[in-house]
Amino acid sequence: MASIALPLPDPEIVGRRESIVRDLVVLCGADAVISDEDGRRAFETDALTAYRRMPLAIVLPSTTEGVSAVLKYAKANGIKVMPRGAGTSLAGGAVPLEDSIVVGISKMNRVLEIDFHNRFARVEAGITNLAISAAVGAEDFFYAPDPSSQIACTLAGNIAMNSGGAHCLKYGVTTNNVLGVRMVTIDGEVVDIGGAHLDSEGYDLLALIVGSEGQFGIVTEATVRILRAAEGARPMMIGFESSAKAGICVARIIASGIIPVAIEFMDKPAIEVCEAFAKAGYPMNVEALLIIEVEGSEQEIADRLAYIASIAHELNPQALVVSGSPEQSAKIWKGRKSAFGAIGRISDYYCMDGTIPLAHLPHVLEQISAICAKYGLRVANIFHAGDGNLHPLVMYDANAPGEADKAEKAGAEILKLCVSVGGCLTGEHGVGLEKRDLMRVQFSEEDIAVQLRIKAVFDPDWLLNFGKVFPLDDVQAAIDKAQRARTEAPPSEAAA
Amino acid sequence: MSDIMRPATEWELKSMMTALSERSIPVEILGAGSKRGVGRPVVAPVVLTTGAMRGISLYEPAELVMSARAGTPLSQVEVELASRGQMLPFEPIDLGPMLGTGAGQQTIGAVFAANLSGSRRISAGAARDYLLGVRGVNGHAEIFKSGGRVMKNVTGYDVARGLAGSWGTLAVLSEVTFKVLPLPDDVLTLVYPDLTDDLAVEMMSLALTEPYEVSGTVHLAPALVSRLTHKTLSKEKRSVTAIRLENFTRSISYRKQRLRNALRAYGEPIELDLESSLAFWGDMRALSFFPPNGTHVWRISTAPSMAASLVASVRRHMKVEAYYDWSGGLIWLETPASADAGSADIRRAVATHGGHATLIRADETVRRTVEVFQPLGPAVDRITRGLKQAFDPMNILNPGRMYASL
Repeated sequence: MASIALPLPDPEIVGRRESIVRDLVVLCGADAVISDEDGRRAFETDALTAYRRMPLAIVLPSTTEGVSAVLKYAKANGIKVMPRGAGTSLAGGAVPLEDSIVVGISKMNRVLEIDFHNRFARVEAGITNLAISAAVGAEDFFYAPDPSSQIACTLAGNIAMNSGGAHCLKYGVTTNNVLGVRMVTIDGEVVDIGGAHLDSEGYDLLALIVGSEGQFGIVTEATVRILRAAEGARPMMIGFESSAKAGICVARIIASGIIPVAIEFMDKPAIEVCEAFAKAGYPMNVEALLIIEVEGSEQEIADRLAYIASIAHELNPQALVVSGSPEQSAKIWKGRKSAFGAIGRISDYYCMDGTIPLAHLPHVLEQISAICAKYGLRVANIFHAGDGNLHPLVMYDANAPGEADKAEKAGAEILKLCVSVGGCLTGEHGVGLEKRDLMRVQFSEEDIAVQLRIKAVFDPDWLLNFGKVFPLDDVQAAIDKAQRARTEAPPSEAAA
Repeated sequence: MSDIMRPATEWELKSMMTALSERSIPVEILGAGSKRGVGRPVVAPVVLTTGAMRGISLYEPAELVMSARAGTPLSQVEVELASRGQMLPFEPIDLGPMLGTGAGQQTIGAVFAANLSGSRRISAGAARDYLLGVRGVNGHAEIFKSGGRVMKNVTGYDVARGLAGSWGTLAVLSEVTFKVLPLPDDVLTLVYPDLTDDLAVEMMSLALTEPYEVSGTVHLAPALVSRLTHKTLSKEKRSVTAIRLENFTRSISYRKQRLRNALRAYGEPIELDLESSLAFWGDMRALSFFPPNGTHVWRISTAPSMAASLVASVRRHMKVEAYYDWSGGLIWLETPASADAGSADIRRAVATHGGHATLIRADETVRRTVEVFQPLGPAVDRITRGLKQAFDPMNILNPGRMYASL
């Protein structure tokens, strides 16, 4: 793997490393700066470990003012900045550059305000996703987006990547659950956007900031919507002899007017690995397994599961099991949520994240098998079926020469396939480094130009998370064009 | 008299926009024009309407997704959805009756361009939350797309959602793709009469802390109640506070009992059945209790717990009638005709309570003199102007509609 080119470092900046470290210590204090080699190594990559670069230094401010001081300094000195939450990005979104400073917000993890009456929580953005729900759980409230990495990932990272999760079929993704942010721009300016109220004044800047992959600023605080949890929830498992039948079952459930909280799909290889890991009691004789969860009172849950079962029965399922206890429910979800880790125990893998229209599921799964077979690789498929978000886990042996490259090539073919059936390159992991060079598969030159102009509004010098999201050529062309415009236009006009 | 352009296709739209941008000719962008009276008056020699770009281009009920050309009437979209037992979950309001442009006129593109969400916002989300993708033409006369037709998509920046609520000042939408949901099987409304604003907000917020998926919480002043088209409630001489449940019939009867129990301190509710509920919430969607009568109407967004106090502080300066939606998080305020529409007092009240205010209904002369949209702080203003410049460098799209010189 590692065929994607990272930008070459600026030797002049790298040569100033020691003085930059000294400056950061002055700005934030010695205990906030990591500059030794071992310390820096912990920040040289994220969960896309094939790509790694040693950053100049890491700074972990404890306050918004600290972040502001560092960004102001970076801007004044033309130093690139890699914003970092917990570094759980599967797309290389947090892989630093050798001429960049990593600015991490993990020390800023306090709950600032919980307001059940107005249904929001205001938190520092370095808090983990799960800690928000934990902070409001005693009152039976929760924060809805639930990425698989929720025990570790930060809200700041969720906001940067617009993270989803298994339960967003009903509750939406990050962008649907964030009401406001405090963001530090690359100029060091602190901007408050949104708040406790439900909609924005003026343009919907929140919509642009959520999912901007750390390229618009560093979010240090956020106001998120908290929701009252349902009275109860219970999953059922339905196994089919083919993924086609499972796909039809999902379509019929949704068309019937029931929207479960989650509809998860696993193919046979995924079932086997997850069962070995979690002992969840997954049926082993099926080709495709659906985990469907509904919410409500005991009676409502029973009614809804019975209704879903009646739809499934028309398709002759090979297995249909309703969870009999909270313990069993927990195991069923543990198996699904630890799928990536479970597969990681038996093989290196490359986790893809395309989204497809549900109707294309059987065709896409067939093609994925064919693509992987062509490269001599195995694949397991996890699918947020309700919203079409597909995670093929392409397995390879990192020690076998050339196999990682094959996995990367197979992955790119799979994502092109997702786009070709009307889907997209990434449903919830983000573009990051991994899918940067595939952007032109989905977007035209104009589509990209529109996005690059928005980036320039926030960060015209491209200091924040450079080298990600867009093909480097497109970025360079945009920078050159802006520079030409700046030199050609008289200053007063440029300011207007 | 303005020239009127009516592109029928995206390519026609692009060629018209090319001609306009090359000569920096300002253009007023309209769908059906039902909300033309919202915002600062646009001065432009050309009007461009999306009304000839119409038709549903994709509908997959089993995938909960629809695409429609921007000029498709909302009514057509809703009829098509209803035929398959589905709906727009965000329940877009209709400003037409209030603005005197008639009910049921607006286009689907304009619903998203104005980010119009109704009472179900509290449980289902806003219009922008359902917007999956757009196609359009910007001030550079470039055709561009963002997002797509799938539910989960984080490929590139979320430009589509960023255009929601930009009132045609950044781009002309040619097509929108959005998520839809099943219609509820049954609807029931609990109506609590005669609560004060304070108590009503308290009760509405309490209802949302219960696990029964309340999908509407509104409170109307007595004067507004008497203007309802709803046959029985319009005879109430008191304020009404309404709580909506939408679900399967069996769930509703269970949840209703639990909810009544939780809210028993607030009195005995009147129950509205399915038909009566639909009539009542239809009134809320059409805001039909604000008939064109010469008064001004403000829309104020704030934290629910601030709502009653905010209204009371405005009331010290003028006679107002308040309609609270979103448990108080959204206030519609009718204020007497005056030269500044009460702007100074309302903006001061909003500043002390938090949130923002938009003057939705006022004469052109008033809208020319007072800020219609919430004035922006310096940092947000700078970003806003940067975005305008990025999308529309010649400042030709609805110039000045949201903010002066923008």
